[in-house]
This record gives sequence, structure tokens and C-alpha cells, in this order.
Amino acid sequence: MRPIRRLLLPCLLICLGASAACLAAAPAAELQVRIGYLAYIPATGPLLSNVIPEPTDAGLRGAELAIADSNSTGRFLKHNYSLEVSQQHDSNALLQAATDLHQQGVRLFVVNAPAATLRQLSEQLKDSLLLNAGSADDALRSQQCLPNVLHTLPSRAMLADALAQFLTLRKWTRWLLITGPTEDDQAYASALRRAAKRFGHRIVAEKPWSFDNDQRRSAQAEMPLFTQTSEYDVVLVADERGDFGEYLPYNTWYPRPVAGTQGLTPTAWHKTVETFGAAQLQKRFEAHAGRWMNDRDFAAWMAVRSLATAVTKQRASDPMTTRHLLLNEQLPLDGFKGRKLSFRTWNGQLRQPIPLVHPRALVSTSPQDGFLHPHNEMDSLGYDRPEVSCDLAGSSN
Amino acid sequence: MRLSHLACAITLGLACHTALAATAYVSNEKDDSISVIDLDTLQVTDTLAVGMRPRGLLLSNDNRLLYICASDSDRVQVMDLATRQIIKELPSGADPEQFALHPNDRWLYISNEDDALVTVVDTQTDEVLAQIDVGVEPEGMAVSPDGKWAVNTSETTNMLHWIDTSTQQLVDNTLVDQRPRHVEFDKDGQRLWASAEIGGTVTVMDVEAREILKVLRFEIKGVHPDKVQPVGVKLTDDGKYAFVALGPANHVAVVDAKTYEVLDYLLVGRRVWHMAFTPDQKRLLTTNGVSGDVSVIDVASLKVSKSIKVGRYPWGVVVTP
Repeated sequence: MRPIRRLLLPCLLICLGASAACLAAAPAAELQVRIGYLAYIPATGPLLSNVIPEPTDAGLRGAELAIADSNSTGRFLKHNYSLEVSQQHDSNALLQAATDLHQQGVRLFVVNAPAATLRQLSEQLKDSLLLNAGSADDALRSQQCLPNVLHTLPSRAMLADALAQFLTLRKWTRWLLITGPTEDDQAYASALRRAAKRFGHRIVAEKPWSFDNDQRRSAQAEMPLFTQTSEYDVVLVADERGDFGEYLPYNTWYPRPVAGTQGLTPTAWHKTVETFGAAQLQKRFEAHAGRWMNDRDFAAWMAVRSLATAVTKQRASDPMTTRHLLLNEQLPLDGFKGRKLSFRTWNGQLRQPIPLVHPRALVSTSPQDGFLHPHNEMDSLGYDRPEVSCDLAGSSN
Repeated sequence: MRLSHLACAITLGLACHTALAATAYVSNEKDDSISVIDLDTLQVTDTLAVGMRPRGLLLSNDNRLLYICASDSDRVQVMDLATRQIIKELPSGADPEQFALHPNDRWLYISNEDDALVTVVDTQTDEVLAQIDVGVEPEGMAVSPDGKWAVNTSETTNMLHWIDTSTQQLVDNTLVDQRPRHVEFDKDGQRLWASAEIGGTVTVMDVEAREILKVLRFEIKGVHPDKVQPVGVKLTDDGKYAFVALGPANHVAVVDAKTYEVLDYLLVGRRVWHMAFTPDQKRLLTTNGVSGDVSVIDVASLKVSKSIKVGRYPWGVVVTP
């Protein structure tokens, strides 16, 4: 490729020196694929467990890497990918930024924002294709699907099912469920309840974590008494922000493991995922971002890679044909997870294996062996076709 | 076996290893070792410590030297098979995974997976002759029998990169299906077979025209299509068969190399990676990464006759006469 670079430089110099004629000539040969990256991540408020900070650029760095990866194919095909980034501190500012990008001609977007913002963006950018890399909301994948939105981040239902399958395998069927106070925590707990029902687990007790406990004690000291209930095999925790859940392991009344948002955690991606070529993606990401790749980074990476795979196939970037191609299940996507990935035709969710991890190791990957499915074993995770009212592939946008 | 080696060495002197039957060398990715298999007895006779994460293996034209991609040591190691000692290490570039030796027995074309480069090293002078930019995650590597072409695959860019060996320049690219893993020329260099792991296909190309002749697909009863992930490809010299290792499908496909019809699927160990023929091409060995063994396929009957336990995550395999 060095000869091409040598050619490019004189060409650029001519372009700089000359005029519109040259500028018009250059793009004709090259397909410009502009992808908007829209992020709004609400503040979580003060957290008890705040010693190890979360990265503030989660998602963005994955999208950036995917642009570089995609340009590696693009430079040979004369497709040029670029990322137009807008990160805002409130939802309205993000909607305005999206309008501006749309006016500049951007029709492909990766969105890292809560469900409510995503809904507004979907409404506002009707003729565009949005890939959701930020919201795990189950309603968006079951009863309230958005016609122009596909999801690369796993839903809460997928995460909960992945965990529940493993707990079935281990025969840890009696659960204590502890739920935090936020709406997200409630949603995570709902997904766990659904998974318990699907896979034959029994919730022996449910306790909300509230802040009216004895404030003279630390959370650690509170946990043994707090978890003194009917006997359970495992404690399930729904604490998405990471407020109190980190204090549960080793502090439970019975000597039992902790799983859910802390302890044994189902996630889209983790540092300890290394097989099926994942080690190379991890290395590339770490060289790019200077930190480990997390689930948001993976979802955003996968979103851009999905768009680029479709563009490479059709040699065009029209949002509706891209949507159609991504929803027809004939285009296998490479996500370094050991399976060919594709989008579910009914709700636009990317089907994918879910790693179960603890902070320093991969414990297992779901779907677990033996959980069969008539169409695809990965569809044993999350909302399956008969459970939902959506039909994305059937509805034209 | 160490004892018998010793006895052998005492009685026969240095001719010892050459007096033995055909021998297979298997790289164990997670054991940092090479398993040595005697192909008369089908027993592991020795385990040799090598660099970190050994993957690709190949032999010099005279079968005296074994080249080893020690990926995590960022080295290509050269082992003298007479003494089974590492005699030198070549400057391979970072993370070498697969490589191919030019018919001139000197130029080694190495995929540097982390750097999107192909490094060309002169194995006699240890000099780096060229570094060629290719796509992201270069992996498969092959040199045509006439020495004209070196072809590299890039797993994330999804292309075959054609390098003209006379100039060491990249001259053409062919888009194939997702995650191309391995390329193999047929004996007369007219066809090139390229596997695509995620695409689930093998593309057969006409080398002269650099055009796609056929895209092969695989379907195994009882195995989900997602698990059909072609990796290694081996072709018999008589042009009769192509064998395609199908990764986590745990099968090797047997393909009629003339009609491209899939004839059979042979059950082997778990996550089958790469393969090598015995010198008489009567048997084919496969490395099975997850089950940690080598399957032996009888080529005449197309039956799997034996599995041999080796180290952890066996990856590459070569056979000396």
C-alpha cells in the first residue's frame, strides 16, 4: 500500500492548490461513509462503591477503533469511513446535535444514550438508521420496537437469561434477589424474575436495598443481617450503577455466591474474553484507548462494524438498504465471539453469546450446552419471536 | 522415550533421527511446546520447550529445519531437527502467527497479526527484506509453487492480499467472506483455496486471472451453521481431494477438488485448526485445539482411525519423512 500513499500526497497537494474541480473529482471515485456517534450518559449520582472509576469515554473508543478497522478494508475498496462525534450532557442538546448532523447529510448513527433519548432520536431521524449501543431496555426489544433502530448492546433479558442458564447448570436454583432503588435496577430485577421463571428457578426472598438502614454501620457490616432470609443457593443483585452490590460478596448470611450486576456478571464483553480472535481485538483496543475494552465499547465497535460490513457487501451506504441487508440474516457478522452474529428479524437485536465473568476471569459463556432452540441456540437468550409483538423485518420503515 | 533415544544415539550416532519413521511436530499454543509424534507407532515420543504461544510451523525444503512462530515472544524460532535445539531466532516483527517459505528456501513471509504487516525475512542473512502494509489482522500466508506470488489474508479487512515477490509490493486485493484464515495453493499453482472462518465459506480462485471460480459452503446434519467455521485447507498432490477443517463444527470436510462437490464430513476432535499429510499422503493429521489432541484420517477410506493426546491447544502441524 505504500505506492498508493505516495500517489495520495501529490493529489492532496494539487487539491489544496487548486479548486472545486479537483474536490469534485476526488469524491466521485471514493464512497464517503459518515457515521454519527451520539452520546448522552446521565450522571449516576453519588455512589458508595466509587473507588475504581469507570471510563468516561466508554463506547466512543470502540466506535473509533471500528472506523479504523473498517478503513483497512475501505482503503482497498475506495470506501472512506469517518465518525462525527457528538457527546452531550443533556438529552435536548443531543437531539439538537443530531438534527445538525442530519442536515449535513449523515444518515447512519450509533447511539449511546438512555431509552427515552433513543426513542426521541428515532422519531426525529426517521429516514436514518440508528444502532443502539447504549440502552439495554427490554421494552425496545419486545413491545415498543423502533422501526429504524437495531441493537448491538444485549438487552437486560439476554443478560439475565445467560446467567440463569449457567445457574441451572450449577443447580443453584434458590435465589435471594436484592434490588437497588433506581428504575434501571428495577428493570434489571424484572429481567431476572423473567429468567427465573423461564429456567425454573425459585426466588425465595426479595429485598429492596434502601438507604434507611443503620447509617452508623458501613454497607459491609450491614450485609450479613440484610441477607438473613430463607436459605438460598445464590444471591442475585440488581445494582446497575455499582452502588452497594460490590459489598455483597463474602458478606452474605449464608456462605453463598453472588451474581448479577456484581459478583458473577453477564456482560457483552470483558477483558478476560480472549478466544476466537478476541485477543487481537483486545490488543488493538488497548493500543488505541490505553485501557481495557468494556461492554459499551464492544457494542459501539460492533455497531460500526455491522454498518461497514453491510456497506462493503452492497458497495453503497443508503440507510434503508443497509437496514434491509442487516435484517435478512444472510450477512454473517464477525464479533470475535465464536459464532457468526446476526440481527434478529423480529426486534433488531444482535444475537450473540454472552460471557459470564468475574473481575479476573471468564467463568463461562452462554448459551450453555443443552439449552436447545429450534432456530438458533443464541435465541434462547432474550426475547424470542413468539414473545414479542414486533416484526422489524416485516415492517418497512 | 528419552532412554530409548539415548540408546539409539549410542548405537547409531547422529544418524539416529533420520533413521526413524515419519515424524509429526505439533505446536501447543498454551503449553509453549512442540509435541513430537512417531507416525509408525502413533505415540508422542517427545515434548520440546519452545517460545511463547507457538502457532504456525513450517519446514525448510530439505526438512532439516523447523520454523516456529512463537507469537507472544514476537519471534520466529529455527530448530535444527537433528539435535532438536533452537539454533537461531529471526526478526519476525510483532506477533507472528502464520508464515510461508518461498521455494528459494530463503525468503520467509510472515504475518504480523498486531501490526497489519507482512514481514519478509531472509533466513540465511537474518535480514528483514521488506515490510508490506496489508489489512488488519493478517493471518493466512502462502507462496505459489512457482514463487511468483505471496498471498496473505487479513481477518478483519476480509481480503486476500497479492504480493509480487519480485518487487515485494502489494499489487492486488480480493474481497472474500468474513475472517479469511488460511490460503493454500494447489500443486501446480493454478488454483488458490482460501477459507473464511465467519463467512463459513471457502473461495477457490484462478491464480492466473485472480478471479473467483467458486465459493464453497458446508452443511453438516446436526451441527448449527454458525459453528461451521472453515480454517485449515489441505489439497492432495493428485488433485483429487481438498480437506477443509471446520473449527468448532468438529468436522473435516472432504471436497472433490475438481467438481468442488462436498463428499463427506469426518468427525474429529473439538475445534479443529490445521492439518498435515504424511509424506505418502495416505494419512492426514488434524490439530484439535479444545480437545487437545491430533486426529489421524486415513485418506483412502476417508475414516478417522485414531486420536493422539498432545499438549494444550494444539495449533500447527508439520510432518517430516
